[in-house]
Amino acid sequence: MTDTLTPVLTDDWDAERSWTLATYESRGGYGALKKALTMPQDDIITAVKDSGLRGRGGAGFPTGMKWSFIPQDNPKPKYLVVNADESEPGTCKDIPLMMATPHTLVEGVIISSFAIRANHAFIYIRGEVLHVIRRVQAAVAEAYAAGHLGKNIHGSGYDLDVVVHAGAGAYICGEETALLEGLEGRRGQPRLRPPFPAVAGLYASPTVINNVESIASVPSIIANGADWFASMGTEKSKGYGIFSLSGHVERPGQYEAPLGITLRELIDLAGGMRHGHRLKFWTPGGSSTPLLTDEHLDVPLDFEAMAGVGTMLGTRAIQLFDETTCVVRAVLRWTEFYKHESCGKCTPCREGTWWLVQTLAALEQGQGSEGDLDLLLDQCENILGRSFCALGDGATSPISSSIQFFRDEYLAHLTGGGCPFDPAASTVWAPSLTKAGA
Amino acid sequence: MTTTPEKVETVTVTIDGIQVEVAKDTLVIRAAEQVGVQIPRFCDHPLLAPVGACRQCLVDVPDAGNGRGFPKPQASCTLPVADGMVVSTQLTSEVADKAQQGVMEFLLINHPLDCPVCDKGGECPLQNQAMSNGQGESRFASSGTGGVKRTFPKPINLSPQVLLDRERCIVCQRCTRFAEEIPGDPFIALIERGAQQQIGIAENAPFLSYFSGNVIQICPVGALTSESYRFRSRPFDLVSSPAVAEHDACGAAIRVDHRRGKVMRRLAGDDPDVNEEWITDKDRFAFAYATEADRIGYPMVREDGELRPASWTEAFAVAARGLATARAAGGVGVLTGGRLTGEDAYAYSKFARVALDTNDIDFRARPHSAEEADFLAAHVVATGPGGGGVTYRDLETATGVVLVGLEPEDEAGTIFLRLRKAVLHAGLPVRSVAPFTTRGLRKLDGTLIATAPGAETAAIAALDVDAGTIVLLGERLATVPGALTAAADLAARTGARLAWVPRRAGDRGAVETGCLPNLLPGGRPVVDAAARVDVATAWGLDRLPETPGRDADAIVAALTAGDLGGVVVAGVDPADTADPAATRAALEAATFVVALDLRASDVTRLADVVFPVAPITDRAGSFVNWEGRVRPFDQIFANPASLPELRILAGIAEELDAPLGFRTVDQVWSEMEQLGAWDGARATAASAAPAEPATAAVQAGDSLALASWKQLVDNGVMQAGDKHYLATARPAVAKVAPALAAALGDTATVTGDRGSVTVPVEAVDDMVEGVVWLPANSTGLGLLTDLASPGSRVTITGGAV
Repeated sequence: MTDTLTPVLTDDWDAERSWTLATYESRGGYGALKKALTMPQDDIITAVKDSGLRGRGGAGFPTGMKWSFIPQDNPKPKYLVVNADESEPGTCKDIPLMMATPHTLVEGVIISSFAIRANHAFIYIRGEVLHVIRRVQAAVAEAYAAGHLGKNIHGSGYDLDVVVHAGAGAYICGEETALLEGLEGRRGQPRLRPPFPAVAGLYASPTVINNVESIASVPSIIANGADWFASMGTEKSKGYGIFSLSGHVERPGQYEAPLGITLRELIDLAGGMRHGHRLKFWTPGGSSTPLLTDEHLDVPLDFEAMAGVGTMLGTRAIQLFDETTCVVRAVLRWTEFYKHESCGKCTPCREGTWWLVQTLAALEQGQGSEGDLDLLLDQCENILGRSFCALGDGATSPISSSIQFFRDEYLAHLTGGGCPFDPAASTVWAPSLTKAGA
Repeated sequence: MTTTPEKVETVTVTIDGIQVEVAKDTLVIRAAEQVGVQIPRFCDHPLLAPVGACRQCLVDVPDAGNGRGFPKPQASCTLPVADGMVVSTQLTSEVADKAQQGVMEFLLINHPLDCPVCDKGGECPLQNQAMSNGQGESRFASSGTGGVKRTFPKPINLSPQVLLDRERCIVCQRCTRFAEEIPGDPFIALIERGAQQQIGIAENAPFLSYFSGNVIQICPVGALTSESYRFRSRPFDLVSSPAVAEHDACGAAIRVDHRRGKVMRRLAGDDPDVNEEWITDKDRFAFAYATEADRIGYPMVREDGELRPASWTEAFAVAARGLATARAAGGVGVLTGGRLTGEDAYAYSKFARVALDTNDIDFRARPHSAEEADFLAAHVVATGPGGGGVTYRDLETATGVVLVGLEPEDEAGTIFLRLRKAVLHAGLPVRSVAPFTTRGLRKLDGTLIATAPGAETAAIAALDVDAGTIVLLGERLATVPGALTAAADLAARTGARLAWVPRRAGDRGAVETGCLPNLLPGGRPVVDAAARVDVATAWGLDRLPETPGRDADAIVAALTAGDLGGVVVAGVDPADTADPAATRAALEAATFVVALDLRASDVTRLADVVFPVAPITDRAGSFVNWEGRVRPFDQIFANPASLPELRILAGIAEELDAPLGFRTVDQVWSEMEQLGAWDGARATAASAAPAEPATAAVQAGDSLALASWKQLVDNGVMQAGDKHYLATARPAVAKVAPALAAALGDTATVTGDRGSVTVPVEAVDDMVEGVVWLPANSTGLGLLTDLASPGSRVTITGGAV
């Protein structure tokens, strides 16, 4: 079973003091940087393009292509911005990565910045994870001290400064243009596009914004070659990725595997579902991706196959729920999250999430009518594709997909005058668990 | 409009099946307007940058011009057209229609729907578009356990004048975008998020905006209201009349909303050539002066030392008798002030020459000079749009603008906004010859040419300008010897264009109609015999007085000396004149004073005959703005208690057996049109001797040069009557260099040859050494009365005296 795992980013996580420069370098760290600094910059971009690396932040845009959009004849400075504002419910890969091996990210930042000719890079970290911010700051300081950052890096003549920026607690700042607004010191709300960040991003200058995992994957591509990377994964979804399993599995955690692995394989790796229970529904890539059920256990987890079953690969944040879980309750919690995090800029998301929560909350308590289900779907239709950014779209995903798969469960709330589930049964202190002597 | 037909690149798009050719980069929402399709919208405003926030204007785009359509509805307010694009609006696309209805439904769930008590009800874009593009019934109330709206305490004050009702707000951001983009006063900002997102008072941004009222007008719901108008009337009870603002020389188009003979509010009119869609708070809120308690309601004549009511005919007769006597006893001067309409100014001009046989007429109720009169005759009169005169639009295409003796944010708000637009959109470089970088100049991203008061002449002579530069000259330059001459020389030498920007609405019209001792109507020089004959012939006279008359200062001096017997005064406040005490003394010394005014004043209290004049609402007329553009307006109210001044003058002239030949505004207008502008040689300005070198300004010693101008909101008589508006005035402070400020402490007393003024001290980083700035009319009776004579030096001491 172990051969299904491809630990690259996570390989060093179990090393002694894995976050230190000494450990990282002792295991070959910063070797890719030294190699990259001898390469023509366009060759690095080509290598990343050839590797087939697609953005690991959810949307899956080809990373190398994004880099090549940077107009190199633009006289303004170029910037690399790393999106480390990991806030999606269920998503928990970037934060452990930065916690365990921050130098993987720092090395990736240096190589990527060198490739796009940026002399200034920013790592925008979610403000709530102060321990991670400190760890990345320490890693950057170590990298400066070791000459990996600063002026004339390793005699190459290349200069790079890295700023670690703490966010202020807003999910919307994971949206790349809102992140730029926040980085510039303004209110975190998405910007009108065009112009796209590649043309006019941070401080109206050409800017590449990539997810932590995308950038952290770059050193391995440079070190081992594009073909090595492309040999993993599926035809259009190449390489490896971290799959974050959470919820009702025996061993939740980070599983690094090639794209295209199935949930059945992942659950096996995680020791199966919670003892004595079976999978009811799951999110493939965080709460913004429409949820799936046990029908979809064998669908390859890659961009194409997930789109084929009407959902998205997203951030590979797989939240698993067994049959003790009330889907209405779970969806209500997620919807409350979107309502809380809606930035307020556009009407459908701002007002729509306000209303969705009220309708769902009533349903969860067995109040309202069957017509409210159709109303919910209609509200979702009026939000999806009508809001300014994807936050609004994401808010509708759990609702419409859960009604699609579990309409009867919604109705049971109405006919039964309330939730038919025992909320305690889905918790870790559930009687069934203690009885099983787990 | 200076139209140099430009080749505009166009594209062809199909909107609801109708093909239309529009300029490249036109937004779909505006292209649709061109085929008569109105897409509902809230955040969109043609003069603000697109934002795409409200999502009300969603349309379906089955073909983006490249053969492929957009999978989702697109916001037409942010989408530029592309050649071959196909757009289906709510009229032809069910998707677009449903998207719009959905957004409207969302907008209404948290809106209080208090239309029956809302000021906006009846003229509300939300109300109107909810009718046209929304559903009749709300699903919110019947959903779940019944929808619960989010609520806020209300209202909150954004300023003493502007109130915010956050429940009604749909956070379209028009107001915050206006504040940031147009005047550059971001005093409001979005705070909180989600449904709790609201407009709030911006941090570290004290309320200093002169343009805040515009946010009330562009608010598409009733969230922003003014203290002055709130709950006063309903839009459907109002009658709207177009008019022109009377507070400055900008000629801003306004809309006067009135009900049963009373002005309820004023709004910005829409004139792309002049003020676009914005006006200053002064133009918007300062109209209560016309209904103050001291408004004069009937003619009065003095009998036994007391003014008593008189009939119009009696007052005409008494005035004529007194003026005839005074005319015989040395003559009569005419002081017309700067607030007259062009027609009234013409009437005074003709009255002086025909009935009083004098050129002793001057509109300048402020410090002035002979050099200025010469400059106006040589370079300003009879110029205008189409005749090579500088226009608002020219400011946008200039290679640079230099401000001299002019602080546009305070003295000409419409120019300020146009300059800021040019700075932001066209990168216009602005320079200012001034003693420090003002808030206005900072917002224009301008460069200071640091100049002490009195040293402007040398600064002008040293200016580096090209032929594409426009130099805007403020009326304050009259007090700087040689400055206007230096400006004329600069223009002649470099090809740079000049424009003279006075402060008052009637100033330029007074120049055009000859309310100057050296000019007859139409720019005809008094000294030019042919010009005199031209006017005399038109007026049916044998001759006109031949020698240039006295200017206002000389009229005052002659009255005091007894050389002039009487004076006709129109709306002049002695406090505005170069020597208020002398002016008051002259009025007391004069044997006969006729005052024409709206409200009781120092002049009417001393007058022998007082005539009430029609306020701007009660008469037709026209102003001429700084561009030389004629800004006509109609009568709004018919009020028999007051008359236009031209009618009053006609009445007096008839009693003097010197009929003016007109009694109505229309008659004056046609007479002016017949007379036309002078086609002979322009007056040439005597080449004024260069000023005393600037050493006067940098004299050693502990005295300071006094810099000053009137702030937009101040103690002016035409701003009385609205306490909320007056509370938005910037506080009076003494601005000095930081070192001096530190030495002075919080408060300082400035002392000049006429008295002392005590105000708080403000340090200004780049204030020229040896200069103190004070607002001219924000304290007491104004600096000319309370502090110092024009151009004199002052001393400053810390603390109050």
